[in-house]
This record gives sequence, structure tokens and C-alpha cells, in this order.
Amino acid sequence: MRLRRFGALLLSAAALSSLAACGGGSDSYASVVEKAEKTKKLTIGVKFDQPALGLKKPDGSVEGFDVDVAKYVAKQLGVDESNISWKETISKNREPFIQQGQVDLVVATYSILPERKEKVGFGGPYILAHQDTMVRGNETSISKVEDLKGKRICQASGSNSYKRITDPPPNGRSIEAQLVPAGSYGECVERLKGGTLDAVTTDNLILAGFASQGGDFKILGVPFTDEKYGIGMKKGDTSTCNKVNEAITKMYQDGTATQLLQKWFGAAKGLEFPTTPPQFEPCS
Amino acid sequence: MNALISNLDSVLASFWATIRLTVVSAIFALILGTILATMRVAPTPVFRLAGTVYVNTLRNTPLTLVLLFCSLGISNVLKLNFSDDPSVNGYWFAVLGLSAYTSAFVCESLRAGIGTVSLGQAEAARAIGLTFVQSLRLIILPQAFRSVIGPLGSVLIALTKNTTVVIVAGYAEAAYLMSEMIYEGSGTVPIFLGFALGFIVLTLPTGFFFSWLSKRMAVVR
Repeated sequence: MRLRRFGALLLSAAALSSLAACGGGSDSYASVVEKAEKTKKLTIGVKFDQPALGLKKPDGSVEGFDVDVAKYVAKQLGVDESNISWKETISKNREPFIQQGQVDLVVATYSILPERKEKVGFGGPYILAHQDTMVRGNETSISKVEDLKGKRICQASGSNSYKRITDPPPNGRSIEAQLVPAGSYGECVERLKGGTLDAVTTDNLILAGFASQGGDFKILGVPFTDEKYGIGMKKGDTSTCNKVNEAITKMYQDGTATQLLQKWFGAAKGLEFPTTPPQFEPCS
Repeated sequence: MNALISNLDSVLASFWATIRLTVVSAIFALILGTILATMRVAPTPVFRLAGTVYVNTLRNTPLTLVLLFCSLGISNVLKLNFSDDPSVNGYWFAVLGLSAYTSAFVCESLRAGIGTVSLGQAEAARAIGLTFVQSLRLIILPQAFRSVIGPLGSVLIALTKNTTVVIVAGYAEAAYLMSEMIYEGSGTVPIFLGFALGFIVLTLPTGFFFSWLSKRMAVVR
């Protein structure tokens, strides 16, 4: 009897939660622009663990370059920054989150890639990052990418930057480096500090973010590859894409972009900041 | 599905890494767990205290933290390393963390097994002049082990599944490859199911074998 009652409880709980799931859908707007206009609210996906780009602080607020770009774009869409709800998007869940409508926009070191464009749409890019290499400040044996041969480099989970080094051309450079697997770039940097690996190679903005947190590191300043950081949205949302591109153009014109880059990455050596927006990808 | 087949080599290699981790960690955990169980039933209070502190600490610490302590704490800060080759080093730190953690569970299972051996056995052993270690080794532990084969099988299955978090210790196994393949964007559900199947292939026979063994070796009292 007790068992049956418990089962009924479970069932009703399940029914309730599925009802709630139905009610919570945010897909009733044709575009993010329309949602922003009507509700004055947006849900934006950012990284929570990437210093100087998207980082959640102990008090619950988020900060970083991506966060500031998101705030600027949201403002251009008519949404005040206090009405943005931030959601963590990690590399693996960005496409599903956009497709399911769990987030309206994604500003999370999100490189525009052809295979991603099949699933989601992109505004921007708002900045071009380049892959670079970071070593300890007192490192003398590594000054260019070729020096990584035989060195221990970090293979961070959820990132394929290491392939640009170790894969055969055209994908990479066939440099035989030893790969050290790690859970995240944070762990990579921790190990670089401790000396259990020799170099961390990924987008220079990510590296600069870690370098700005303190610690004796230097970025080699020999960039290769172009990573076009875009703003992710639902595929086919052309009106939002156009609006986002307008916002980015404005951000560069009024000097906000340069100011933000200086604010977040100014401390890192070997980085140059653009003053004009990158070439936009077509909104389709 | 295609991604699984075209990457079959690396998928099998990653499961081989899982097996290597599981088997070696299981051996170390069994040895360490037996020593701990001995300490926890020892007549010397210091040993009992040390065993209790170890078991309660490790058993109540998340495995990820134990492994992270191995890699960032021991390897990175204290600079104590097994090898200069990162993959060998990562492997042994993963084994260290897994066996240190699992030994606490082995110890507790074994202690339960010791509890099933009737007090008369221990008293008889003492009466014929066996020392503590002798009575444990010749009389008590053989019976205790036979009665906890089933629970030890469960511990082994848990260990197999626990290997999926060793990436924090710097060693890549099946679950790491799975998340990489999902990240590479070659379909989520087929890859997930494929890897889940791989783990079932590892754990299901383990479960059957241990329940067969525990029936066969059961102590008839």
C-alpha cells in the first residue's frame, strides 16, 4: 500500500515537472530581436571558467571581455544588463543549448567554423583570436612553435588546439610534442606553473586571460591560425544577426571595443589590438 | 555510429587504458585494503586509530579531489613524480589515487567479512597459541574473504566506473575519448551509447563472475 502511494507520488511529480518543462519554453518569438523588444529580457550563454573572457566570481556575478561584449550587444537590442540572465555554456553544449532555445545568444570564445554553421547561426566575428603558445617566464628553450618538438604540451579536454601542433598538415604541423591530458586550461596553467608541462598552446586571448591572473608566464607572440569569435544564435535568425553586426560595428566606432580589450588583456605582453571590426561573415 | 567505427582503433585503445587502470588499481587496492582491515581489527589502539582515520578520510572525500590532490598536489607542487614521460606519470598517479580511494571500500567490506566469522574461531585460534597475525592469516581472513566475494565484486565494478574521472590526474581513458569525440561533433547519442555499451561489456561479466564465485566459495556454516 505504502509502495503504491509512493509510486503515485513519483508519477505526479513526473507529470508536474513535464508540465513545467512545457510551460517554460521560450520559443514563442520569431527572433531574438523580437524577444528582446517584447520582453526586455535575454538569456546569454558565456563561459564561467575562462579568466578575462567569461568568469563567474564567488559573489555570483560574471565578468570578462565576452561578458562585456554581450552586455553591449544586449543594450543595442534594448535589454538592460540587469535583465540579462547568464547561463554557463561549455564548449560541448553550445550548439545544443542554442538549438533547444535554452540560451538566446552565446558569447563564449565561440569560433565560427563551417561544421558549426551547419547547426547554428553566427553574428560577428567581434574579435579575431590567434593560436599562440604560453611558456614559463624563465623559459629560454622555446621561442617559436617548432621548438615544441619533444616538449610536453597540454591537451585540454574539450579543445583541439593541440592538433594544430601535432596533426599532419594541412590540419597541423606534425610537430612531435608530448601530450599531457588535462581536464581544463585552468589545470594546464597550474601544471605549467608547477613544471609538469612545458607549454600551453591555444587562442592568445585565452592565454592572455590566464596570464593576467598573475604568475610568471610569457606568450611567445608567434600567432598562427585565425579564430573568428562569433556570437552564436539560432540558425536562420537573420534579423538578429544583422542587428548584432550593427552593434559590433558601433562598438568599434565609439571606441568601446579598444577600451574593453585594453581593460581585459592590456596587462599581457605581445598582443596587438584591432581598432576596426573584423570582416563580418555573411548573415544567412 | 560512423565515428565509432572509423575511430575503432582509438576507442579500443581507450578501453584498454580503462582495463589497465582498473586491474592494476584493483590489485593495489586489495593489498592496501587488507592491510587497513588488519589495522582496524588490531589489538593495538594506534593501528586502529590510524586505520579508522584513513578509511573515514578517503571514503568521505570525492574521488575527483583525491585525484586532483595526486596530480596538482603531489606531482605539481611537491614535484614527486614517477616518470619523466607524461603518459606514464599520469597513469601511475591515476593508479595511486584510485587505489588509495578504493582501498577504503575494500577495507570496510573486508571488516564486514571478519564480522561474519564467529568469535569462537578467534578464541580457539588464540587458545592453541596462534599470534594475532597468525590467527588472522590462517583462520579469520580466509573465511572473511570467502564471505565478501560478492561485495568485493561490487567494489570492483564501482572502481571500473570510477576510472572515468581520472582525466584530472592527467591520464586519458575511455570517458575522456568519449567527451573528445562528442566535442568534435560527430553525433552525441550514438557515441554515448557505444561507450556505455563498452562499459557494460566490462562490468556485466565482472558481476556475473563474482556472483558465481561467491556462491561457489561460500562458507557453509
